[in-house]
Amino acid sequence: MSGQNQVLEIGSSPHVTSGASVDVIMRNVFFALLPVCVFAVFAFGIAAALTLTTATLTCVVTEHVICRLNRKPTTVGDWSVAITGLLYGLTLPPDLPLWMVAVGAIFAVAVGKALFGGLGCNAFNPALVGRAFLQAAFPQAMTHWSLPFAADRFSELPGSILAFPFAEPVYDAVTAATPLARMKFEAIQAENPDLLWGLTSGSVGETCGALILLGGAYLVARNMMNWRIPVSIMLTVSLITWVFMQIDPAVYPRPAFMLFSGGLMLGAVFMATDMVASPITNAGCWVYGMLIGGLVVVIRFWGGMPEGVMYAILLANAVSPHIDFLIQPRVFGTGRGAG
Amino acid sequence: MLGLAHNDSFSHGIHPPEMKDETSHLSIRRFPFAPLLIVPLSQHLGKPAVPVVRAGQEIVRGQVIAEADGFVSVNMHAPASGIVKKIALAPGIGGNMLESVYIEPYPASSQEVQDGEPCDLDTASADDIIGAIQRAGIVGLGGAAFPTHVKLKPPEGKRLDTLIINGVECEPYLTTDHRVMLEQTADIFNGIRYLLKATGAAESLIAIEGNKSDAARKLHDECPSDLPVSIRVCPVKYPQGAEKMVIRSLLKREIPSGGLPADVGAICVNVATTAEIGRLLPRGHGIQERVITIGGPGVKRKGNYRIPVGTTVRFALEEAGAAKDISRVFLGGPMMGPSVSNLDIPITKGTSGITAFTTVQINEATGHQKIYPCIHCARCVEACPLFLNPSQLGILAKNEEYDRMVEDYHLMDCFECGACSYVCPSHIPLVQYFRLSKKMIRKLGAAQ
Repeated sequence: MSGQNQVLEIGSSPHVTSGASVDVIMRNVFFALLPVCVFAVFAFGIAAALTLTTATLTCVVTEHVICRLNRKPTTVGDWSVAITGLLYGLTLPPDLPLWMVAVGAIFAVAVGKALFGGLGCNAFNPALVGRAFLQAAFPQAMTHWSLPFAADRFSELPGSILAFPFAEPVYDAVTAATPLARMKFEAIQAENPDLLWGLTSGSVGETCGALILLGGAYLVARNMMNWRIPVSIMLTVSLITWVFMQIDPAVYPRPAFMLFSGGLMLGAVFMATDMVASPITNAGCWVYGMLIGGLVVVIRFWGGMPEGVMYAILLANAVSPHIDFLIQPRVFGTGRGAG
Repeated sequence: MLGLAHNDSFSHGIHPPEMKDETSHLSIRRFPFAPLLIVPLSQHLGKPAVPVVRAGQEIVRGQVIAEADGFVSVNMHAPASGIVKKIALAPGIGGNMLESVYIEPYPASSQEVQDGEPCDLDTASADDIIGAIQRAGIVGLGGAAFPTHVKLKPPEGKRLDTLIINGVECEPYLTTDHRVMLEQTADIFNGIRYLLKATGAAESLIAIEGNKSDAARKLHDECPSDLPVSIRVCPVKYPQGAEKMVIRSLLKREIPSGGLPADVGAICVNVATTAEIGRLLPRGHGIQERVITIGGPGVKRKGNYRIPVGTTVRFALEEAGAAKDISRVFLGGPMMGPSVSNLDIPITKGTSGITAFTTVQINEATGHQKIYPCIHCARCVEACPLFLNPSQLGILAKNEEYDRMVEDYHLMDCFECGACSYVCPSHIPLVQYFRLSKKMIRKLGAAQ
């Protein structure tokens, strides 16, 4: 050195960083979802593969186009929209017409994410915004379930999948009820192993609780997910369900059924934990999880619909900023700790 | 560890790579005199000292060249024998200009130091010691450069029961305190005697991080039996060395928000400062040199050097051999050290090290990474040792909502340790936002 023209760069400390990066976190969440996706295709065949591909690609293209329309660099590279796409696809019925899948995906990204200001600003989980839109727009198609492990799932495509936009989809003869619907309307509870290993009917990615838990465990191990949220949801649901089961076992299901049926696992592990739309403090996360758990039980037990995870999470998303404001950590040197 | 008491720690915090192995085994070496020394009259917090020498005057190493102006101020001593060239403005770290004494040392200036009036431990009163510390120009050598004697006088009505000697040195790369503990062990105990007498504290604790077990061992073994000192080894965690954190770890007491260590009956003095008190006071000397670590990947002959105050960063880096592609130089460690825009600024009493990074480290560090929006991942909340919410503070800073930052989110408690910026996966320069916000708040407050 000592050269007279030494160029020195100035910068604000710290001059070192941990190396963590948003795109790395997002990529890991995406990878954690892949086992669930592989199982979905195994259980529901080509229909699931097409649903997931359409959902993800439409979401990614929508975000890219919106960025371009705003004359901003594309944000597709941060991988968050790919997660939205995949998660959204996993919540849909396997034989939903693909044009509906695409419409919901556009809504999820355009309204659920871009309108709020993009990554970091979405008040609600965008994937669930898309699904809620479909639920309102196409209630019949959104409650039509096909049987898992159909013999012809890798050779035949369900007729409804390629339905012409805005035409009435034609469903094949074989349909099934989800475990929650059977519970609600016929009072039949599915067996635990069937629920754990995903042998029941349901949305593309919600059936196999074991693989969802595996993905969650991976993210928790890598410090990319706050485990308090799913744990709080599951504990709350189990506890309330257990209490009601003691009161009347004929009407109310057992806790394990509640945990592994419907979208609870997928919702608790991958949806409610959307960092942007959940509280930032650990205490806040416990409260947020309890709120979701409580709402799920209320909707499932006494609501008109068999399933309530989606609405429970969306409602809790709306409350999340208030939880953050109300439950602030005690600052060092204030309150009981001072002195 | 070897029968030494393990200690609790504070909550939260981070674990950046320590990078201390390159210099922690190297003994302190003397540094030659630079052809020109620039001694700023304000090297401490408080009022600048008043010069008592004039241009052209011949001075002797150790002689007082500027006197304290009031209580929150300290004396300055000549770092070398030579001629006062001029008293003029010189650039400081922030680009600000500081009144400084320019000294041209004699080519054969010796290391001899002029003796002053000694402060005898046995006969001196507490006030005598406090006065002697001020005359010796002693300030916090850990980096804050707060005049030490001011801390020793607690506010009316407060009583000090514990003297904490801070040898934690949690900043990566820096090993000066480590070396001082190994090489000036006796000075440290001598300094503790002066400090205990000055403060009236009953006992003294030396805080050390677990990565300096050799120093802890040595202090433990050589501690005089009549001295009420115990060695406490804290887990390695940043920012363990911060005053609030070290007091929390050792005493389980929290300094109240906006308060002082005296509010919880403690006083915290850096270990190198203590060693200087123990070394200088018996001889009546003043601080005219200090130990710094010159390190980082941009330095060839890394090490710990006893360097005259007023040596320029440029001279120090030339002597230690800097790499061709150094691109960022900062004073202190990488977590809190301010980067310099000009190598011709002098090393002062508060400079604990010079760390040089090359383009390689800078390309992978802050400022060159893509900044993403905050995703509320909560890593900053989990890192902040004061339990603040850096994520929310960052958003408010961007929106210039300064009132809310102060009232709802305790911005003024932040001591800018950098843990939040370090962990942020969105690479948001949070600490920089907070510094700017505090500046704006002071400016707005002054305008009102």
